[in-house]
Amino acid sequence: MRFAILRAFVVAAALALSGAAFAVQPDEVLDDPALEARARALSAELRCMVCQNQSIDDSDASLARDLRILVRERIKAGDSDEQVLAYIVARYGEFVLLKPRFSLRNALLWGTPLVLLVIGGVVLAVSIRRRERPATKRLTAEENAALKKVLDGEG
Amino acid sequence: MVEIGHFALVLAFALALVQAVLPFLGAVTANERLMAVAGPVTVTGFALTALSFAALTHAYVVSDFSVANVWENSHSLKPMIYKVSGVWGNHEGSMLLWVLILTFFGALVAAFGRNLPATLRANVLSVQGLIGAAFFLFILVTSNPFARLVPAPIEGRDLNPVLQDVGLAIHPPLLYLGYVGFSVCFSFAVAALIDGRIDAAWARWVRPWTLAAWVFLTGGIAMGSYWAYYELGWGGFWFWDPVENASFMPWLAGTALLHSAIVMEKRSALKIWTLLLAILTFSLSLLGTFLVRSGVLTSVHAFATDPSRGVFILAILTFFIGGSLALFALRSAALTPGGVFHPISREGALVLNNLFLTTATATVFVGTLYPLFIEAFSGDKISVGAPFFDMTFGALMVPLLVMVPFGPLLAWKRADLYAATQRLFVAFGGALLVVLAVLAVVDGASVAAALGIGLAVWLVLGALTDLALRAGIGSVGPGVALRRLAGLPRSTYGTALAHLGLGLTVLGIVGVTSFQGERIVAMRQGDTAEIAGYSLRFEGMRTVKGPNFTEDQGIFALGTTAGRDLGEIVSAKRIYPARQMPTTEAGIRTFGVSQLYVSLGDVTSDGGIVVRIWWKPMVTLIWFGALVMMAGGGVSLLDRRLRVGAPAARKRRDKVAVAGAVS
Repeated sequence: MRFAILRAFVVAAALALSGAAFAVQPDEVLDDPALEARARALSAELRCMVCQNQSIDDSDASLARDLRILVRERIKAGDSDEQVLAYIVARYGEFVLLKPRFSLRNALLWGTPLVLLVIGGVVLAVSIRRRERPATKRLTAEENAALKKVLDGEG
Repeated sequence: MVEIGHFALVLAFALALVQAVLPFLGAVTANERLMAVAGPVTVTGFALTALSFAALTHAYVVSDFSVANVWENSHSLKPMIYKVSGVWGNHEGSMLLWVLILTFFGALVAAFGRNLPATLRANVLSVQGLIGAAFFLFILVTSNPFARLVPAPIEGRDLNPVLQDVGLAIHPPLLYLGYVGFSVCFSFAVAALIDGRIDAAWARWVRPWTLAAWVFLTGGIAMGSYWAYYELGWGGFWFWDPVENASFMPWLAGTALLHSAIVMEKRSALKIWTLLLAILTFSLSLLGTFLVRSGVLTSVHAFATDPSRGVFILAILTFFIGGSLALFALRSAALTPGGVFHPISREGALVLNNLFLTTATATVFVGTLYPLFIEAFSGDKISVGAPFFDMTFGALMVPLLVMVPFGPLLAWKRADLYAATQRLFVAFGGALLVVLAVLAVVDGASVAAALGIGLAVWLVLGALTDLALRAGIGSVGPGVALRRLAGLPRSTYGTALAHLGLGLTVLGIVGVTSFQGERIVAMRQGDTAEIAGYSLRFEGMRTVKGPNFTEDQGIFALGTTAGRDLGEIVSAKRIYPARQMPTTEAGIRTFGVSQLYVSLGDVTSDGGIVVRIWWKPMVTLIWFGALVMMAGGGVSLLDRRLRVGAPAARKRRDKVAVAGAVS
């Protein structure tokens, strides 16, 4: 439900901005399929700034359309993928990237999976190894004495 | 009727308080009469909540617009199914559904838990009562669905059109049954901590509840995914939206819990870990409620402007998660860890499964909350979206999926990995053949896609290998094998089906993301577009009037490019006048497991219309696989060894009888 309602608002907001339309319009598509494929892949990594968690490739908002056209212009101008992203981030900030950069600020974000996997793995290895050989406690001095008594038939 | 509903809700709150306090006191003081209060109070609380829910439903059915909630979310012309499902298509009503399911599960525990140890039963119901009381209070104080309007408006504002779909009738109840189902596991865990011991009854009870909740949650998520797929008009099936993640985290943790509960039940190992997972799984359900209900997802600032609901849920969250974890820290040392096992064993495999699933849960958790965290501490805004999750979550899933077929083939305690690998030779060979076939026939360039398909086939064949080996296919005659196959325990079938379903879902995901075809064209009447061997001729538009909407339908004549006629596809755009909101109704045609998906866009200046056509190969397997997983869970639930009662005694008797017959 939470799912559906929020989704509905997202859609409603997107629709309100531009009427029912699609993301990529026929007039935006580049003639060269290889360049168009690059544009689509880049679009999927860029956030539509006025939407909730939609990429510009998925969004109908007019701002997303402007960004899509901008991406294609940069690609036509001969930019590499990195240059296109850098160009857009320079204008719109890191907020526009759906995949945050590797940086110190994002260390926790990117590091969590690996760190947890390693820590978890080490903890498991240690605990299984310890459990595999169940620690048999040494008998205390009194217990030894008691045992000796029993064995000696004095018990 | 409305006031009766409101009053019943207040009474249910009072009873939840009684249910929380008296049985607990009874358990502490060993007072049987106080403990015995739990049962009747729980059942009555459920009855009152049901009455309250019925009252709200009645107000929706008769379109009583003097109730603010009905006025905001209903319309007299709305079809009856949406009047009823509209009850939970809004914040207040959905919270009422939440407590209805909570009290329902409480009543089930009360009704079927007569053979539980008395203090355990009292404590479980007490914790359930406490959760209930918190949410009843939340509804009554911040989200009253029974508030009246004076004077009553003549017509309602209608339900959000996107929600006017059968999806709304199925998706939220299933999702809630899953979320709230985990509350029972949570209550059992907390009760065990209060008691300071985990006995056999605990282990026997937790697994079926986990299974049931997991089956519902799987269904709820899959249904939501399919609903978004056909309703949003662009055929995406998963968006890594924070709201989706909120439901996906409990699913991942719940899947881990399901597997560790097996170890606990069969080998009485991993008790403490299972307990912790039970607490975490429901905590993630609560967190999901907080994330979605508080508005914190939109922005930290949106949360700050109207914090009343958010702060309330945050308080509930802190109390239950903090309280249970504190209890865990205090008491877990007193619990005795169980059985020992070698790293290469069924237990070892399940532990590895847990390691990857909990890491994946944490990854989704951090990814979902990191933007909030950064914004709260530095004021910067960053986005964490699908590309991040695809990369990190995907990287975690690949090794896990590769390991899945090994698990069921390993023996308990100490296993032979080499022997298991040998047995999987056929499955591996099959997967390899498929990889080569995909590379040769479909696309030699997309190695990753071919490997992904191979991984899915590996999962499917691995699941079948497990069944084949257990039946002895190949080593005994077909008749014997067939009889053995029929005699396998249901939980074995459950495992095989669930893993098979997982394979099918992976196949669908890889298939559609790797080999999807797309055409975006402006079409005028008579124009033809071709995709994946099919051709669509645009026949024109027509306008159709529905009960509370008007629809512009685009008619397309569908055929193969070879010229065979396949009828027509209708794709439409709807306008709901009450909210002046448009929705898309995609035209979808299914061929086997693949689908042709047609969606309409804007009218162009020269009188044409923009049409977007997708060929989505194997896409239905995503949800069909989820159904198979659910079937696996269901079959496993029916295993008589899982049924609470005295199945163990019966089994022993059978064995004795067999032994007697042999001697």
